[in-house]
Order: sequence, then C-alpha cells, then structure tokens
Amino acid sequence: MVSSYEAVIGLEVHAQLHTKSKLFCGCATAYGAPPNAHVCPVCLGLPGALPVPNAEAIALAVRAGLALGCDVATSSRFARKNYFYPDLAKGYQISQFELPLNARGALEVELPSGTKRIGITRIHVEEDAAKNLHGVGAGTDTLVDFNRAGTPLIEIVSEPDLRSAEEAEAYLRKLRDILMFTGVNDGNLEEGSFRCDANVSIRPAGDETLGTRTEIKNVNSFRFVRMAIEHEIARQQAVVEAGGEVVQETRTWSESHHKTRSMRTKEDAHDYRYFPDPDLPPLVVAQARIDAIGAALPELPDAKRTRWRAELGLTEYDAQVLSAHPAVARYFDEVASALCAQAGGAARDEVGKRAANFVQAEILGHVEQAGLDARFPVPAAALAELLRLVERDVINGKIAKRVLSEMIESGEGAEAIVEREGLAQVTDAGAIEAAVRAAIDAHPAQVAQYRAGKTAVLGFFVGQVMKATRGAANPKQVNALLRELLGEP
Amino acid sequence: MTRPGEDAVGGVIDVAEAVRGGARSALEVAEACIAGIRAGDPALHSFLYVDEEGALAAAAAVDAARAAGEALGPLAGVPIGVKDNLCTAGVPTTCASKILEGYRPPYDAHVIERLRDAGAVIVGKTNLDEFAMGSSNENSAFGPVHNPWALDRAPGGSSGGSAAAVAGRLVSAALGSDTGGSVRQPGAFCGVTAIKPTYGRVSRYGLIAFASSLDQVGPLARSVRDCARLLEVLSGYDPRDATSAVRPVGQYERACERDVRKLRVGVVRDELEQVQDPDVRARVDDAIAALESAGADVVEVTLPTARYGLSMYYLIAPAEASSNLARFDGMRYGLRVAGADLTATYERTRAAGFGPEVKRRIMLGTYALSAGYYDAFYLKAQKVRTLLRRDFAAAFARCDVVLSPTTPTPAFKLGDKSGDPLQMYLADIFTLPAALAGLPAISTPAGLSAAGLPVGVQLTAPAFEEERLFTASRAVEDALWRDAPAPAFAAPRGDRSAVSSAAGAPSR
Ligand SMILES: [Zn+2]
Repeated sequence: MVSSYEAVIGLEVHAQLHTKSKLFCGCATAYGAPPNAHVCPVCLGLPGALPVPNAEAIALAVRAGLALGCDVATSSRFARKNYFYPDLAKGYQISQFELPLNARGALEVELPSGTKRIGITRIHVEEDAAKNLHGVGAGTDTLVDFNRAGTPLIEIVSEPDLRSAEEAEAYLRKLRDILMFTGVNDGNLEEGSFRCDANVSIRPAGDETLGTRTEIKNVNSFRFVRMAIEHEIARQQAVVEAGGEVVQETRTWSESHHKTRSMRTKEDAHDYRYFPDPDLPPLVVAQARIDAIGAALPELPDAKRTRWRAELGLTEYDAQVLSAHPAVARYFDEVASALCAQAGGAARDEVGKRAANFVQAEILGHVEQAGLDARFPVPAAALAELLRLVERDVINGKIAKRVLSEMIESGEGAEAIVEREGLAQVTDAGAIEAAVRAAIDAHPAQVAQYRAGKTAVLGFFVGQVMKATRGAANPKQVNALLRELLGEP
Repeated sequence: MTRPGEDAVGGVIDVAEAVRGGARSALEVAEACIAGIRAGDPALHSFLYVDEEGALAAAAAVDAARAAGEALGPLAGVPIGVKDNLCTAGVPTTCASKILEGYRPPYDAHVIERLRDAGAVIVGKTNLDEFAMGSSNENSAFGPVHNPWALDRAPGGSSGGSAAAVAGRLVSAALGSDTGGSVRQPGAFCGVTAIKPTYGRVSRYGLIAFASSLDQVGPLARSVRDCARLLEVLSGYDPRDATSAVRPVGQYERACERDVRKLRVGVVRDELEQVQDPDVRARVDDAIAALESAGADVVEVTLPTARYGLSMYYLIAPAEASSNLARFDGMRYGLRVAGADLTATYERTRAAGFGPEVKRRIMLGTYALSAGYYDAFYLKAQKVRTLLRRDFAAAFARCDVVLSPTTPTPAFKLGDKSGDPLQMYLADIFTLPAALAGLPAISTPAGLSAAGLPVGVQLTAPAFEEERLFTASRAVEDALWRDAPAPAFAAPRGDRSAVSSAAGAPSR
C-alpha cells in the first residue's frame, strides 16, 4: 500500500540577507545584543515613521535571484501583509506579493538517482518580525525584543517538485551552500538566519492532481526537516489508508516528541488583505545594475569544485571538504593560485593535490568559523610561502609542519624561520656525500647485510644520515647516493 | 489685556521682518501670542495643547541669535500652530484621539525640524478631526472647534483647529495636513489661504498617517504671500520619506509678484453649473472675472472622471487607513484596555480608543481590501485614479491652472451634518480630485457670503507647478480679499472657562 503513494513537497525558505543594517532603517542587524538595543522610530513602528529601502539588501536579493537563475524584475512592489500580533509593530509586515523581485528560477540538486531540477517560483524581499519573549520579567509577562524587527529577509518559494524527505534535504543543503557562497546569507540555522517551512501532500502514485497539503512551520535543522517531512508523509498515509481525509492546516514540528502537531486549520486562516504599500514607490532596479551584480557574482560552489577537479586534480571528496564553507574555499583558492602561478600544466595537479592535503591535514583543525567569515591560523599568502619552500625542496614535508607551528606561534614568515633555525635541506652534494660515507664506514655489519641482499637496511642508513644532518638532508639525494655507494646488492 | 479676535500677533512676513529689523522681539511676539490664545481660544477650542515653555524658549533663542549677530531664518520669531497629527518631540501628539491621549513622540516630524531651523516659534498643537478623518472637526475626541466667523458654525476639517487659529488671529500661521481637502476646505470655511502641495513635495516623515498615498502637509495663513513663504520652508527632498520628490523647490514668494497676463485659467462649466449655493456661485464668478480683468484667459476644460472622486476616495483612503491604524493596538504606547487574553485586549483597546468615524472608516477599508473584494473595490478605485490623472493631463494641455469652488457651501452649522456621514463626505467633493491625482491645489478667500461667511475659490495646477498657484491666487486675493478681513468673535458667556486640552490647560 505504502509504495502506491507519492509525496509532493514544496519548500519556503526564509533567509536573512547578510547586511549591516535593517531593511527599512539604519539600525544594526547584529545578533545577540541586549533586548531593544537596536531600535528606532521606524522599526518600532512609531506613529509617523516611514520605511526607506536599504540598497545593500536589495543588491543581495538580486544576487540571490541571479545565482538561482531567476528573472529579476526591474520594477517590483512592496506590499503590506496585515495581521495583528505583538511582535509586529505596525500591524502589518512589509513584504512583496503580486510583483516579487525575482521569479522563475531553478536549482539543480544531485541525488543518488542523478541530477534533478527543482523549480523556484519566486524570491521576494520582506522584513522580519520582532521576537516575543514569554515568561520573562514579572512572572507570566510576554515582553517583545525589537532587535530583530525589520531585519531583511528573502523568502525563496520552490515549486512542488520535491518527492521525498531526502530530496528536500538535498535541496536545502544546496540552497544554503549557494546563498553562503554568494555572501547573501550566513547559513546559520541555530540563530534562525536560515529557516524552512514545508508544504507536504500525498497522492496516489501517477496521479496528476495535488492532494490536500499541510504546512509545517519553522523547522530549524536539516535533520529535523527530513524527520518532520518523513513523519508528515507517514501521518497523511495513515489518515488516508484509514479512510480519512487530510485536513488543510498548519502544523508545527515538535523536537521533543519527534512529530508534527496541528497549529491551526484553514478555518482560522488569516485574510492578510495584501495591498501595495503606499509608503514605498515601485522598487526600481535598473537593468544595468542587475547586469553589474550578475557580472560580479562570486563563483558558485558547483563551479568551484568542477574547476578544482579539472585544474588542480582534486578528488571529489577533497573538493567537497574544501568547499564546505565559503571562507575555507576562498582560502584554499588563494593558496593554490599563489602556488600554481609558478607551476605549469601537469605540475599543477601535483601542487594542487599537495596543497589540498596540507590544508585539510594541518589547517582545517585550527579554523574558527563565525558566520560567513572564518579565522585562519596563518594567512593564505603565508601558507603559500611555506608550501613554496616544500615545492622547491628547500624543506621537506615533515619540517614544513614544524615551521607551520612556529609560524602560528610567532606570526613570522616561513622563510625567516627556516633561515633562523637552519632548517634548509642540505642539498650540497659534497656535504651529503661526506655524511653518507661516514655512515657506511661506521656500520660495516649493516653494509654486509645490504650487499647480501637485505635491502631493507637501506632505511637504517637513511636514518643515520638524517640524524647526522639533523633532518636537513634532502631525502631523495641521500637515497640515491646510498644506493650508489653501497653498490648493487 | 488681549480681547478675543484682536490681532496681537501679525502675519508671517510682518512678524519675521519686524523681528529681523528689531522693531519687535520674538519673545514679545510669543508672549502676545500666548496671551491671545488664553483670551480667544476658550471660544474657538482650536488648540489641544499650548507649549508655552517651548514657545518662550524658542523665541528667546531667536532673540539671542539676533543679539549675537547671527543670520535669522525666514520665519524668525513667527508664532505657528501645528496640527496635532504632526510629531513634536516630547510634546503631546494625540491626533485628537483617546487612543493616543498623553502620547509624547521621541522625535520631531520633518516639517517641524524645518520650521525650527527657519526660526519659527511653535506655540502648540491644534485640534482636528480624529486621525484627520472628517470635514467639520466634530470628530475630535476632545470636542469640536468653533468657526471664528460664527461660533455656531463648523470650521471645516480636518485641519479645523489650524484654520480657526489663523482666522481668529491667535497665530501668524499654522500647519495642517490634507488627505482629501483637509487644509483647503477649512481654509475656505475660515477665510484663510491654504495650500496642499504636490504629493511628494513636502516630506511626510513624522506626519501620523491617515491615507499614505494622499496625505500631504500644507500651510494655512492669512495671505497668499505668507503661505508662499511657509511652503518654501517646508518643501524639499527628505531621504526619510521614500515618496519624497528629488526636485528643486520653486520660488513661491517671488511667484506672488508675477502677474497673470496670458495665464490660461481652466473652468469646468458643468461642475460650476451644479453648484447650488448662490453665494458660492457668485464668489467663484467674481474670482473668474478678477482673473480675466487682470489679463488671464479663461478656457473651458472637462474632467469627466472627477465625478467619481468621492467613490474613489472612500475606497482608497479608508483602505490605507485600516492598515495605517493597525499599529494602535495598546501594546507599545497610547491607550491599553486589558482584556482576558490578547485578542480581547486588542478589541477592548480599539473599541475604547477610536471614535465612531474612525471605526467606520477602518471597517470600510478592511472590507475593501478583503479577499474577494480587493479587485472590485480597491484595485478598481486605483484604476479610476489613473483615468483621473489622465483627465487632468488632458486639461492641462489646454490651460495652466484649473479654477473651481473649494466647497459646495460656506461653513455649515455644527451638528448639521454630523448625523449623516454621506452629507458630510459631500463637503469635500471639490477638493478630492486634486488629492487623488496628487496635484497641488490652493484655496484662497474670494469674499464673503450674504450672511458674512467666507467663501473660498480653489486653483489646481500640474504637479510641482505650485508657483502658478501663488501667482493666480494672489490676483484673486488682490481683487477680492485685499485687506484680509478678520472675524470679530467673543467668548460666549458662561461656558468654556479655559482652553480645554488633552493635557489639561495650556501647558504648565
Ligand atoms: Zn530601526
């Protein structure tokens, strides 16, 4: 029975635009300030105050639209969504309704079954509400913190193209990735800067008509989205199989009970009485401005990974790890391009792979992420300087790790440290030969073993030579010279 | 001792020049103004709050600036009343509504800043119809205003307090706001000049919204020249109002000195023929004749869509108001009447806080925006509004200004129309089209009726052509209102012992 149903899922994502100030006033958007620290007559909705759109927010919303393949409207409109709630200072939310900024986009999602195109109906700009704080102050009071009121958001509405909880999760991850790489959103689900509502319905497989849908509100982790949708699909199937009918309603995901619960039914649905906001003339974005934003669009994560695989020979896995966060990706790009500037053709593969390995093994553990930014233990240019010493055989990989800890500690450059500590590899053939001969002379028994065919003792001699040179001898040269002087086994 | 109706203050330009020249000190003018309000306003009830302390401090600052040799602004020392729907920092701003009783905004409206910067002395907040909704001032929650020309008559509305205070010579000038005629209609009823600027000419920042796509702040003054000086101060781009126009401000005072030769004055003949009131007909004819004899050409034009003005207005304005007034919910400021739960608190607060006309319009507007009705009502009204704009554009291809009566009748009696909203709405029939089309329009007195009541004539110009209005209305004023007659009124004996006020007696 279960397999005869198909789920139809559409997602509405509210993503906070990564701006310094709010959508219609100059107040800061900073998270975590004391309550009502970032407020003014406009975001408090005081009588007589008027909204003025923030150009930076509009530019980011255009960027999101272009990154998601939307048609960007040169003229769109803000509209008022009217309802009463204490977290809504004006008694209406300024949003967009009939004429959104972006429409008709799409997102390609990689699934085990292949790539799937998920349509994006629209992306509109709107302001966030304030936050009700229940049970603070005197007992049962509800107080309102307006710091969040007026924070710029985009709402990204997908087509009902998703068919399973896994597809929904893949879509959300991909969407978050793109918004982070374009600098539109910091991808922080815990702080609520990326929130998701899911519309879920089921229908007999192969049916064209849509079933009655329910809306699951504000689920704040990818895992919970998947669980909530899975639960909701199962719940609707159980209702239908028991001969019942799914009721159109809004449901909420309970994290503690791991199930969805009814919040309100269609009967008490609001009539929001949308109408164009007369305080705001049509939002006009010149085509030239849209084109300029498009031309300056940062490289999207998919393109970045493809380029890394093609140009730097990275594996899909390495590319995924290094593109998990835009700041890390940018860092790796800087390191790799500084190194590859000297290397050409096939050598780039080697250089790229070694840089990728080094960044993953030695750098990622030290990275502190903060929203769209990240703090790295050493700047990309400094790391490139260090890795360049390895490429030029001035130091070997092992010494490089030692130099890196020194760099982190002292903030000095790699070359300065290598010079001061005398860590440069001994590449002077005469000096190496002297050390090799000394090792051979001092260990006749091992020489005999080698010549009798026990070639494994070669490692012993390498160790002796490295010890004598305090690790600074070029291991390749040492190996070659040992073989030569010990003769054929 | 100042007698009611005595002019102890003077007009805008007179005061500004006297203070600049040192003939009068700003403090002396402010004191005379406050004494005049104390004597005269018990009869008029044009003020809701008198800011004596603030006015005297502002006047003293002007005198100090003059003593220090600083350049004085164009309104230095001029006492001005401000409609109580304009935010004044720290001074009660009520919109004549119980829901905002005692509310003191933390900031000044843009126009208040402009007045202060120009050296004006803001003496207090004038009475109005609650939230500017009305045409008689009888919708004030704190009691009506009386017309100084006949105390049993309405001063018009909604800026009735501003018009009565100027006509009663309590102040040099006043600010009002016009949504469907709210400075022009009371200006006509009280015999003062009042202009509604082009939509976007004056910033709305700090004007408590009634209908955002229509509201404009406008001055009311004793003469066209005084009005021009004020509008020049008030106008200009304000980045805090997204509907504010980025256009240079005209030279309004200079425009008062131009003559009207070759000016083409458009007249809508069938509109004039529908005017029933013989006094209004006669005064409008006088104005046309005055303009012609001053060298203007009179041409006939048509505005076919103007007859739908009332229908459009009573869909658009209430719709916007229903949303604009949603913020008065008892949660953050103003009146709160606690109920058993959140919804009950909303309902009880708004039931107690809003008067009947405000409730009527909120309901009308809510209905007009509701799902299933939006297209038929709000959207259709907006489409007709576009047609009206085209009508005006076509008319202005043939003329430079359009002349009409400001009101169908002179001031009616208090209580005459308050029981019949539709009759009341018809008082704005001539002022609605310019408001809906966003055009500038001025009302200036064209003489008195047989009963001794002022009659106003309205001139409308294309957007941002306020200069033409000043030129043309100056010619009307010159011919028909040269000496700016003032009403003689006296406080009725035995009542209104003091200026009643939302905040009690005039400040202190
Ligand atoms: Zn703010």
